[in-house]
Amino acid sequence: MTMRICMVTSSYPRYPGDIAGTFILALAQASVPMVGAARNDARLMSLAGPAAFGQLAFLVLAFAALTYAFVNSDFSLLVVANNSHTAKPLLYKIAGVWGNHEGSLLLWVLILAVFGAAVALFGGNLPMALRARVLSVQAMIAVGFLLFTLLTSNPFERLIPSPPDGNGLNPLLQDPGLAFHPPFLYLGYVGFSMAFSFAIAALIEGKVDAAWARWVRPWTLAAWVFLTIGVAMGSWWAYYELGWGGWWFWDPVENASFMPWLAGTALLHSAIVVERRDTLKSWTILLAILTFSLSLLGTFIVRSGVLTSVHAFATDPARGVFILGFLVLVIGGSLILYAVRAPGLKGGGLFAPISREASLVLNNWLLATACATVFLGTLYPLFVDALSGGETKLTVGPPYFNMTFAPLMTPLLMLMPLGPLMAWKRGDLPGVLARLKFALGFAVLAMLLAWYVMQRGPVLAVFGIGLGVWLIGGALTDAAERIKLFRAPLGVIWARAKGVPRASWGAMLAHGGVGIMVLGITASTAWTEEKITLMRPGDQVRAGAYDYLFTGAEQVAGPNYSALRGHFEVSRDGKPLLSLSPEARTYPTPPMDTTEAAIYPTLGGDLFAVIGAPQGDAWSTRLYFRPLQSWIWAGALLMALGGIVSLSDRRHRVGAPHRAVAASPIIQAAE
Amino acid sequence: MTLRSAIPLLLFIMLAAALFTGLYLDPRLIPSALIDKPAPTLDLPPLPGKEPGFIATDLAKGSVTLVNVWASWCGPCRIEHPQLMQLAASKKIRMVGINHKDTESNALKFLADLGDPYDTIGVDKTGRVSIEWGVYGIPETFIINGQGRIVFKHVGPLTQFDVDEKLLPAIEAAK
Repeated sequence: MTMRICMVTSSYPRYPGDIAGTFILALAQASVPMVGAARNDARLMSLAGPAAFGQLAFLVLAFAALTYAFVNSDFSLLVVANNSHTAKPLLYKIAGVWGNHEGSLLLWVLILAVFGAAVALFGGNLPMALRARVLSVQAMIAVGFLLFTLLTSNPFERLIPSPPDGNGLNPLLQDPGLAFHPPFLYLGYVGFSMAFSFAIAALIEGKVDAAWARWVRPWTLAAWVFLTIGVAMGSWWAYYELGWGGWWFWDPVENASFMPWLAGTALLHSAIVVERRDTLKSWTILLAILTFSLSLLGTFIVRSGVLTSVHAFATDPARGVFILGFLVLVIGGSLILYAVRAPGLKGGGLFAPISREASLVLNNWLLATACATVFLGTLYPLFVDALSGGETKLTVGPPYFNMTFAPLMTPLLMLMPLGPLMAWKRGDLPGVLARLKFALGFAVLAMLLAWYVMQRGPVLAVFGIGLGVWLIGGALTDAAERIKLFRAPLGVIWARAKGVPRASWGAMLAHGGVGIMVLGITASTAWTEEKITLMRPGDQVRAGAYDYLFTGAEQVAGPNYSALRGHFEVSRDGKPLLSLSPEARTYPTPPMDTTEAAIYPTLGGDLFAVIGAPQGDAWSTRLYFRPLQSWIWAGALLMALGGIVSLSDRRHRVGAPHRAVAASPIIQAAE
Repeated sequence: MTLRSAIPLLLFIMLAAALFTGLYLDPRLIPSALIDKPAPTLDLPPLPGKEPGFIATDLAKGSVTLVNVWASWCGPCRIEHPQLMQLAASKKIRMVGINHKDTESNALKFLADLGDPYDTIGVDKTGRVSIEWGVYGIPETFIINGQGRIVFKHVGPLTQFDVDEKLLPAIEAAK
């Protein structure tokens, strides 16, 4: 098979057979340094670095070649002919490179190579054997994916004679939000391979200590930031492109990206315990394995069609069998290694039930359980189907997830402000609660206000508002405590603010972001106003405090579609504000209709208009006012920003490989 | 190795087995709750010229019957129509149509344009009978054995592949 590809590509010099070359290089990187580390042979180990750079260089070349083919509409490549079209705007020609199965796999391995090269570049302070083993494990993952690409999904497969034009990209995917959604998602998924490689290397060496945790954390954090942005972008896309105002559907593919996020969030927190208290080791290792396994499973779910989903753009059992075999090898192999080696990883003893580390353990339990809940709901239909031999089909819908996920998240969020204020080893619960009295006061006030303003609106929603304010108040309390706000002169406050580690600022931002997100989710879910009506030009409908005047609709032509465009003049209290022009688009290649909702986000909520099919002299319209809708994504971005700030922390950059001593009271890591 | 540290591995083995089985199942294949159950007993008036219409008791009179739910407004019905015509020409099976939520003139024009494979057609103006039959997207095709039990159901247009690989074997098995 590889031979055939080499031949095909070598006879057309414009697409060099660089994936086959990369494959050989990855094989070498996977084996030689590992043997070198076992034999303590520096020469063999030192091969890892150059091989990692070489892999990256080859893959950049391959990716550039594929991008070139897409941009220039070279339909002699099968994948270009299948997924592109000359009439497509340039942005989507480029996005088309990863908007298909083959190209997205190439992007996957390219990102893997980027991370591998980053370890080679920045891993100078790692012990040589650990670095060699980490790079070797990275290369093993690359071998699997390159083999998969070569055998089942080679992007450089030729189509001779080539057709005059291509089939086009799924119009739903022709969207700026989605163009950059997969790269971020992959940066997250693949980024967790770093934590995985470090975990496997540590299991092989049988040694997990604070230094190890300190090396792993920045990689995990970076992956988590990317995944947070990726998941948020996906939900944003669903919100404005699918046209129903929904932003999360508990769809298998959404869950596939959410599960690694939950596990990765747990990992982020448990690694702190390993770093600071030298305990919780085998659990952290297991989390690292599981987080990446869930990322692989996510790839499997999307790429194999094992679960039906609105997202199933690539379905092919042959590919599924290969990915499953690879999954079994990677996950099964690492879990065997874990089963053998984990009992040897002894931690630093017990800890008090009221302490920072205990609160982090609780965080891990709740996040892991929530992740397991999502996992079960996502795969349950498959289990039932498999156990009954294909006789029983069922689907698990949002009610299941809402009923199981929300009750698990509620205690987690309620306890979240307590954790960062808790001291290591032995915390002082009454003291922490006393310090949170203002946050609690504001939360109660917000609940009373919501109760009054929304005319005793749903009790759960009122509670959600209180929870959101409690979280934001908790983060602010943490910050105020650290800089002695209101209790010290300005100069002291400034000095203390500079002294607080960036990792702690990052944690406060991220935790505050969760609060903002909770407010957005609560308000937009509970108090959205929706008007679905038939409107004639001149009709006016009110949603929220806004009046939507329908002035008419017309046919317009886009670059590669035709559209029905409706016009609404929006006013508030008689004062004209803005106009909204939603579209219903029809794409000829491939034939498909999409809705382009017109959305005007404000701080108080989103104005959202959708135009539908004409019926006689009227048009069907959907008009919404969705309160605090954009707070959901603002919260997610704040979480990612928190991660970035934390990543810039000196401790992470320097990554000094020495054991952490007991923390001084000011410099407490709080992430 | 301890039992505790092997728990993740054991759980994963179970998962992998389920995933492997899942690969060979089609999640879009929807089983009918009516398979092996007697066909519903409601009758339908005939489309003019296609008497006697849909008489449920006729289904249990010993011969195998194909029941096809269709409408003139249904695009996929046009796609499967040549396959139905071919099947009718082979005279392998009695063919009964249920004309679903259609107008009489459109239905007759559809048959005049594309040919008429049905031995008789019942008119289901309200879709009531289709509900009894568990129809949720037309076209749908059922095979009824001589005892009046539903032995096969196909959702969506019949392709030549469907006829050769699924429908004909089901007809043979029902005889």
